[in-house]
Amino acid sequence: MGCGRIGAELAHLLDAEGHKVTVIDVDSASFDELPPDFGGMAFLGDATDEEVLTKAGMEQADAFVAVTRDDERNAMAAQIAKQIFDVPRVLCRIYDPLREDFYGGLGLEAISPTRVFVRMLKERLEG
Amino acid sequence: MYVIVVGGGEVGHYLCKQLLDEGHEVLVIEKDAGKCEHIEEGLGDICLHGDASEIAILDKGGITRAEMVIAVTGEDEDNLAACQIAKEKFSVPRVIARINVPRNEKIFAKLGIECVVDAVYLISEHIKAETMLFPLTRLFSIRDKGLEVVLVRVGKNSPAVGKPIGELSLPLGSVISSVISHGEESQIPTVDTVLREGDQLICLVPTESISLFQAIFRES
Repeated sequence: MGCGRIGAELAHLLDAEGHKVTVIDVDSASFDELPPDFGGMAFLGDATDEEVLTKAGMEQADAFVAVTRDDERNAMAAQIAKQIFDVPRVLCRIYDPLREDFYGGLGLEAISPTRVFVRMLKERLEG
Repeated sequence: MYVIVVGGGEVGHYLCKQLLDEGHEVLVIEKDAGKCEHIEEGLGDICLHGDASEIAILDKGGITRAEMVIAVTGEDEDNLAACQIAKEKFSVPRVIARINVPRNEKIFAKLGIECVVDAVYLISEHIKAETMLFPLTRLFSIRDKGLEVVLVRVGKNSPAVGKPIGELSLPLGSVISSVISHGEESQIPTVDTVLREGDQLICLVPTESISLFQAIFRES
């Protein structure tokens, strides 16, 4: 969910490795980020809508990743994936580091790019 | 009571005013600086500028002593996030969310936010009542009891016309609590009260029996 730079790049890598990938975004122009040889499916729609997710094949999904730039949307879509569709692995991007732990407690694999990047910068500086 | 309202748009503004009038302590958390200014001009120094989905902002707003959090922004995701954090992280006793997309009621309930107010649904029900084109309008839900308070109009040639209430096959658990006939005072009906076309009824109906109930009064 979310076909920005990160979503598109991840979809591309997974597709290239032979996984079956579907990208969902509310903006059809965002699919321009996908490489021309992308073999997966691009699905236009709102991934917080159960019906859209069902059509996109969520019931068969082994993993769901939410990487729009909106923390709240990511959190909501990820919880729908986990609680309603029972997707085994659900990852979401949560910029706010404090909320990373909170959503972790709700059973999501939440990743805060802020925290990851800060840690990386610190390691570089110290190393 | 200390109440935190998330979202200082029209709904938030109006709600805060009424809470203040009732003597409650209110804090509004609003992302948009312009809206904050508008609230402060009208209602005084009660606005915190920031994102109520952020734990730090809620903390700053004194959420640990809040007895109620009401999230009324136009974005369902934001309302969900604020309510979940208030409930799960800060153990706020009561959280209420506005939903703007009706399908989200089920999702919110599944994610632990049971008390929602569906803006689209309420507006359309009220418009339906005004048009007088529909036999039944839902006025209010008593969710924990699975009941609806509804307004019903006895339709032309409907199965209910000319019959005493005792002879209607009303679904189990439903009650007609008041009958308003044209040009008359409202009355509390008995089993012998005979219904006429155009009578308006205030009724209590189990949610799952609404369509069964409606059929008895539908014009035919």
